[in-house]
Amino acid sequence: MAAKLVSGVEVELNSEGFFANPKEWSEEMIPELAKAEGIDPVTERHLEVIRVMRHEYETKGSGPSVRALAKVSNVPIKELYQLFPKGPAKQAARIAGIPKPIGCI
Amino acid sequence: MSESIEKVSIVISKGSLEGIYPALIMANGARSEGIATNLFFTFFGLDAVHRRRHEHIKLSTVGNPGLHLATWLGGVPGISSVMTQYMESKMDKIDIPSIPEFITMIADTGAGLYACKATVDLFGLSKDDLVDEVQEIITVGDFYNMAAGGQIIFT
Repeated sequence: MAAKLVSGVEVELNSEGFFANPKEWSEEMIPELAKAEGIDPVTERHLEVIRVMRHEYETKGSGPSVRALAKVSNVPIKELYQLFPKGPAKQAARIAGIPKPIGCI
Repeated sequence: MSESIEKVSIVISKGSLEGIYPALIMANGARSEGIATNLFFTFFGLDAVHRRRHEHIKLSTVGNPGLHLATWLGGVPGISSVMTQYMESKMDKIDIPSIPEFITMIADTGAGLYACKATVDLFGLSKDDLVDEVQEIITVGDFYNMAAGGQIIFT
């Protein structure tokens, strides 16, 4: 666990960089969190995926894996990897301030 | 984590359902972790990317103690098809894609799919017999060059 200053707010991140307390997250943090993932600028398409990620977590209690993310967001897998080259589910979850999605497929 | 895996190259050498799926799951999982991934289909594993065969991959019911079937039953005609259907329906329930769909999905993640030249020659095949997702037919030497600096997984 490490405390980090994001958009002037102190947040708790776990060893893999995911939010320990998703409630500490706010939308204003997106650009800064995305930059840390090497994503700059954040496009409308990125935001769509990030919002779906956050919404899925808030309604279902966990974020979707890549296959499920493609289905719920209607963004094809190929494009998800173009938007988030280092792993769409992982990167979008970090930027959306939620825990790491669980799932093997 | 001080050490992380940056690249994996996975060899798929078996042509049974239980021989192919673990490799595909590992490949897809590697990509979702952001790991660069290559797949090398060799020997009977080539069936996974064979246009006319990849929809008909069967579970092996002979010599497979993991199924907990009587040995004699495993060899009864049709048992392999029945067990394959049963397994496929169970996988569908937890949203594991079929092999053809999985191959497309893995190619979409940006993984490289390659066929083994020796196998293609041995079975008298050409690139046209393989699905479009296969980028190239390569030699074992090419494979090692491609795998350099990463981990190799043989299945």
